[in-house]
Amino acid sequence: MSNPAAGKTSDGEDPHNLGHDDDVPISEQGPAPKRIVVAYGFWIFLLSDFILFSGFFAGYAVLSGATAGGPSGRELFELPLVAVETALLLVSSFTCGLAGIALTVRNMRWFQSTMAATFVLGAGFLALEAYEFTHLIGEGAGPGRSAFLSAFFALVGCHGLHVLLGLVWLTTMMAQVGAKGFRDDIERRVQCFALFWHALDIIWVAVFTMVYLLGSGT
Amino acid sequence: MSSHHEAHRDERGADLAPGEDTQDPKGIVQRVQGYLIGLVLAASLTAASFWALKSGLIYGPGVPVALIALAIAQMGVHLVFFLHITTGPDNANNVLALAFGVLIVALVLIGSIWIMANLDHNTMPAGMMQQMQR
Repeated sequence: MSNPAAGKTSDGEDPHNLGHDDDVPISEQGPAPKRIVVAYGFWIFLLSDFILFSGFFAGYAVLSGATAGGPSGRELFELPLVAVETALLLVSSFTCGLAGIALTVRNMRWFQSTMAATFVLGAGFLALEAYEFTHLIGEGAGPGRSAFLSAFFALVGCHGLHVLLGLVWLTTMMAQVGAKGFRDDIERRVQCFALFWHALDIIWVAVFTMVYLLGSGT
Repeated sequence: MSSHHEAHRDERGADLAPGEDTQDPKGIVQRVQGYLIGLVLAASLTAASFWALKSGLIYGPGVPVALIALAIAQMGVHLVFFLHITTGPDNANNVLALAFGVLIVALVLIGSIWIMANLDHNTMPAGMMQQMQR
C-alpha cells in the first residue's frame, strides 16, 4: 500500500489525478461507474444521430438549387419566424440545463417547473414549425413541388420529429420522477434526455444557418 | 485507511460522463452561471448571424463564410457550456468519440457536395447535347 499522504496532497494540487499515484493501475480498476457507461453510450448514439443528419444536410446542400421552376428559399422563408423558433429552442436548452441542476440537488419543485418550462418552449417551437409547414403546403410549395422542397421537408421535418420524440420523453421523465422520486436509474434517464435535448439545439444551429440564413441570402 | 482511499477515489473518479459539469453537486450558483454564460454567448452568436445577413455591412460573397464561422462557433459554445464536453483529461473519451463523429460528418457533407458539384460541372446541358447530334 502506498502512503495515504500521497492521496491527500494530490487533493488540492492535482485535481485531475495526473500524477496517477493510485494503488490500483487503471487496467485493474474494473468497469467505470454505471452513470458514466450509460451517458457515454448515449453520447455515441447522439454522434450516430449527427451522422444521420449529415446525410440529410448533404442531400439538402446538393439539391438546394434544384427548384424545378418552383419557388426558391429566398421567396419562401420567413426569417422573423425562424428567429422566434431559434430563441424558443435556445431558451428551452437553458431551462433543461437548470432541470439537470435541480435533479442533482434533488429539488422536486425546481425540477418539475424547469422541465415544464422546457416542454412549453419546445411545444411552442413545434407549433411554429407546424404552422410554417402547413403554410408552405397551402401555398403549393409542398414536398412534392421540387427536389429542393423534398430535401427541405426531409431535413427540417426530421429535426421536428426528433423534437416531438423529445417532448414525449420529457413528459415521461416528469411523470417518472414525480411518481418514483429521484432514483438512480431514473436520474440516468433524465441525464440522457438532457443530452438529447441539447444535441437537438446543436442540430438546429446548423439548420437555421444552412437552410434559412444561407437559403434566403442566395 | 483503505476505505478512506476508496471513497476518495470515488468522489473524484477518473472520468466525467457526457453532460456532467462536475461531480460535486454543490456550487449551484456557479453551475447556473455556467448555463447563463452559455445562453448569453449562444444568443449573441445567433443575433450576429441574423445581423450578418440583414445588415448588408459585410461584403456580399463573404456572408456565407461569416455565417458558417458563426454557426461553428455557436456549436462550440453549446458543446462546452450545455453538453460540458471540455478538453480536460476527465473528458478524453467523450472528446475522442466526438472527433470521430465530426470526421464522419465532414466526410459525408464535404464529399457529397464536392462530388455532386463535379458531376454537375462535367454533365453537358441537355440543349448542348442536342446541338451536337445534329
